[in-house]
Amino acid sequence: MRHAVAALAGLILWAMPVQAFQIEASRSFGAAAPARVIEVLSTTDIDVLAPVIEEFLQRNPSLGVHYTLASSQEVYAAVSAGGAFDVVISSAMDLQMKLANDGLVQPLPQTLVEARPYWTRWRNLVVAVAQEPVTVLLADSAVAGGLAVPRTRRDLIALLRDHPDRFRGRVGSYDPAVSGAGYLFAAQDARLSDTFWRLAEVMGRLDAKLYCCSGDMIAAIRRGDLLMAYNVLGSYAAPKSEAGGAAGQGFQVIELEDFTLTLLRTALVPKSAPSPDLATGFVAYLLSPEGQTLIAGAAGLPAIEAEAFVAKPHLSPIRLDPGLLAQLDQLTRQRFLEEWRAAMDQP
Amino acid sequence: MRMRVTPVSLRQRLVMPLLALSAVLSVLIYLSVRIGADRASEATLDAVLGAAALAMAEEMRAGEGGAVVDLSPVTFSMLAAMGEERIFYRVALNGQTLTGYDDLPAPATPPTALSPVYYTVPFRGSELRVAAVSRSLMVDNRASPLTVLLGQTREGQKAISTRLANRAAGLGLLVFLAAVPLSLLAAGSLLRPIATLAEAVGRRGPRDLRPIRHPAPAELAPFVTALNGFIGRLRGTLSQTETFIAEAAHHIRTPLSVMRNEAELALRQTAEEATRARLRSLIRAVDDSARSAGQLLDHATVLFRADQKALAVVDLAAMLAAMVARFTPMAEMKDMALRLTPADRALPVAGDAVLVEAALRNIIDNAIKYSPQDSDIDLHARMANGFAVIEVCDRGRGLGGSAVQGLRVRFQRGSNVGDVAGSGLGLTIVDEAATAMGGHFALTEREGGGTCATLSLPLQG
Repeated sequence: MRHAVAALAGLILWAMPVQAFQIEASRSFGAAAPARVIEVLSTTDIDVLAPVIEEFLQRNPSLGVHYTLASSQEVYAAVSAGGAFDVVISSAMDLQMKLANDGLVQPLPQTLVEARPYWTRWRNLVVAVAQEPVTVLLADSAVAGGLAVPRTRRDLIALLRDHPDRFRGRVGSYDPAVSGAGYLFAAQDARLSDTFWRLAEVMGRLDAKLYCCSGDMIAAIRRGDLLMAYNVLGSYAAPKSEAGGAAGQGFQVIELEDFTLTLLRTALVPKSAPSPDLATGFVAYLLSPEGQTLIAGAAGLPAIEAEAFVAKPHLSPIRLDPGLLAQLDQLTRQRFLEEWRAAMDQP
Repeated sequence: MRMRVTPVSLRQRLVMPLLALSAVLSVLIYLSVRIGADRASEATLDAVLGAAALAMAEEMRAGEGGAVVDLSPVTFSMLAAMGEERIFYRVALNGQTLTGYDDLPAPATPPTALSPVYYTVPFRGSELRVAAVSRSLMVDNRASPLTVLLGQTREGQKAISTRLANRAAGLGLLVFLAAVPLSLLAAGSLLRPIATLAEAVGRRGPRDLRPIRHPAPAELAPFVTALNGFIGRLRGTLSQTETFIAEAAHHIRTPLSVMRNEAELALRQTAEEATRARLRSLIRAVDDSARSAGQLLDHATVLFRADQKALAVVDLAAMLAAMVARFTPMAEMKDMALRLTPADRALPVAGDAVLVEAALRNIIDNAIKYSPQDSDIDLHARMANGFAVIEVCDRGRGLGGSAVQGLRVRFQRGSNVGDVAGSGLGLTIVDEAATAMGGHFALTEREGGGTCATLSLPLQG
C-alpha cells in the first residue's frame, strides 16, 4: 500500500481538476486479447490482489482485468474527474465515502448489498471487501530487559515515558499531513480517546519519525531503525511476521486492547464506469465466499467477518458513514494538523 | 312516450353506497397517512437538521486570520444515520465560502441568528433539504456574519413515508375488498326478513286468507299491517259474497219447493194434456233450480268448512252406503240401479263429515244426471296406498274431450252437456272438499264409454 505518496496531500481536496493523473504501477491480467476488460483502480498493491484476480479470470476466461495502482488521493482525484474505471478499491474510507456522498458512485444490486453486514457498507454504494486492524509494531529490543509488553495506549505511553533514552529518535508513525490513511487513523484515534494526544506529545518529545506508508515503517522496524511504530496496518506486518515466526522476526504486532481501529478496505463502482455490469460481477466475486477466502488466504488481507469483533472486543471498525466527511473538511483538517504539529514539536 | 324505468333493487341501493363509502374511506386512509407521515417526518428531521446546523455554527470560533472550524463527525453521522442520507454543507464568512461545497445554493431569505431557515433545493442529482443559520463572529475586531448551510438528502424519509403510504394503500384496498362481501352480507341479512315474509305469504294455499302472523322486523311492520288490512278487506268481501250467495240460495229454495208443490198439485188437478205438459216442464225447471241452489249452498258450505278444518274421524264406507241408500229412489225414477261394492272393512278417514257428504252427494248426483235412462252406476269403496278410495263409474256421455282440470273450475261445464241443466259447480265442490281434507279428486274416461270419478281421502290410523 502506498498511501498518499503524492505530495499534494494536505492541499485542497475538493473538486480539484486533475489534469495529470499519477499512477504508480499497472498490470494487465488475462488473455492477450480479451473480449472485454475490467478497469480496476486501487490503492492495494498489485501482488496482494493478483491471486484473487487470476482466480476470477479462470472463471471468466473471456474477460481481462487492467489493474492500476495509485495513491488514495490520486484515486479520489481520478474518479471525481470522471476517469474511466469500473471498480475502485481503496483503503481511504473517507475519500470513498466522499465519492459516494457527492453522487459519483452508482448503486450496486440490492441483492448483493443486502446480504452484507450493515457496518461493512454505506447504502448500496460502498462495500467493504476486507477489514484490517491498525496495530502497533514493537521491536523485541524495545522491551529487552524484562519489560512488560504494552497492552494499552496507557502502557505504551508509560513505556515510552519511562525509557526516553532507549526510544529517542526510534519511534515512528504516519505523517497525517502527508498520508490520507495516517490522517484518518489519527483523527479516529482522537475521536475515540484522549490518550491519543498524550501519546502524540510523548512521541513528539521523543523526536518521532513520520512516514508516508505502512511499508516504510515495517522496513524501518526490520532494519532496526525503529523500536516502535504506531498505527501500522497489521495486514502488511502480520503475515510476514507470522511467516518468519514472531521471535525470529525481531518484532511483534500488537493489537492494543483499549481499542484497535479496524480499517475497511472498500470497493465501489463509479458512475463513470464504462462497463458497470462487469464491475458488479467483479465486486460480487470479491464478496462471495470464495473471493473472501482468497482475500484472506492468498492476498493475506483479513476477510470481512463479524466474528472477529466478538472474539476480539477491542477491535473497533471505523464507521463507514458521512461522519468521515467532517474529518475531510479542509478547515477541520487544518485545525487538527495544527494541533498535531503542536504536539509533535515539543520544545 | 314514457320510458319504462326498472326500479333500482334494494340490494343495489344498499351495496352501492356502502362500496362508495368504503372506497372513499380507503382513499382517505391513504391520503391521511401519506400526508401525515410526510409532514411528521419532515418536521422531525427539520428540527434535527436545524439543531445540527445551530450546533455547527456555535462551534465556530474566531482564530488568527479568520474562523476556526471544527466539524463534529458525530453530527454528520447522526444526520446521515436515518435512512443513510447524503450530507452537504457550506460555511461562509462575509459571504466568502470558508469550507464545504461552495456551489451549495443559499436560501432565498437570509437566515437570522434566531432560528434556522429551511429550504429544499436540487443538488447533485438529489433533492436536498437545507437548514441555514447565521451568527455574528468577531474576526479581527470586526463583527462578521457567519453563515452555515447544512443539507441532507431525504431519500430514506421518502422511502419510509412511501412505504407507510403503500401500506396504508394496501390497508385501504383490504378495507374496500372486505367491504364487498360484508356489504353483500349486510344486504342479504337486511333483505332476508322480506324474503322470508314473501315466502311465507307465497306458500299459502289459494283460500288462505288468514292474517299474516309471521314475525317481521319493526321496519316491515307497517307493510305487514297494510297487507293484513288488505287481506282482511278481501276476506270480508269474499265472505260477504259467499254469504250472500248462500243466503240467496237458501231463500230461493223454500219458494222453489212451494212452487214445486203447487205445480204438482196443479198437475194432479188438471186433465188437460197441454197444461199438464207445461206443468211437468215447470216442475223440471224448478227441480233444476232447486238443485243449483243446493249446489251453491253446498259450495259455500265447503268453502266455509274448508277454512274451519274441523276434522274428525269419519267412516267413508258407511257414509257411502248411506248416500247410496238416499239416492236409490232418484235413480229408480230414471230406471237406473246403483250397484255398490262395499269395502270389506270400515274406511276411517280424517275429514269433515259435512264436506265428505257434500262430495259424495255431488259425485253421485252428477253420475245420475249425466247418465242415460236404464243404465247402471257402479260404486266401489277400497283402500289403496294409505288412501280410502271411492270410485263411481257411470255409462254417461264421458268427458267429451274436456280437460279434467277445466271441469273442476267453478261454473265451467263440459262441452257436451248443453241439453242438461247444471250450474257447473258439482265437480268444483268435490274437488275443493277433497283438497281441504288432504285428498284428491280425479275424473277418467271409462272403458266402454262413460266416466269414472275417483275420490281419495287419506286413511286415518
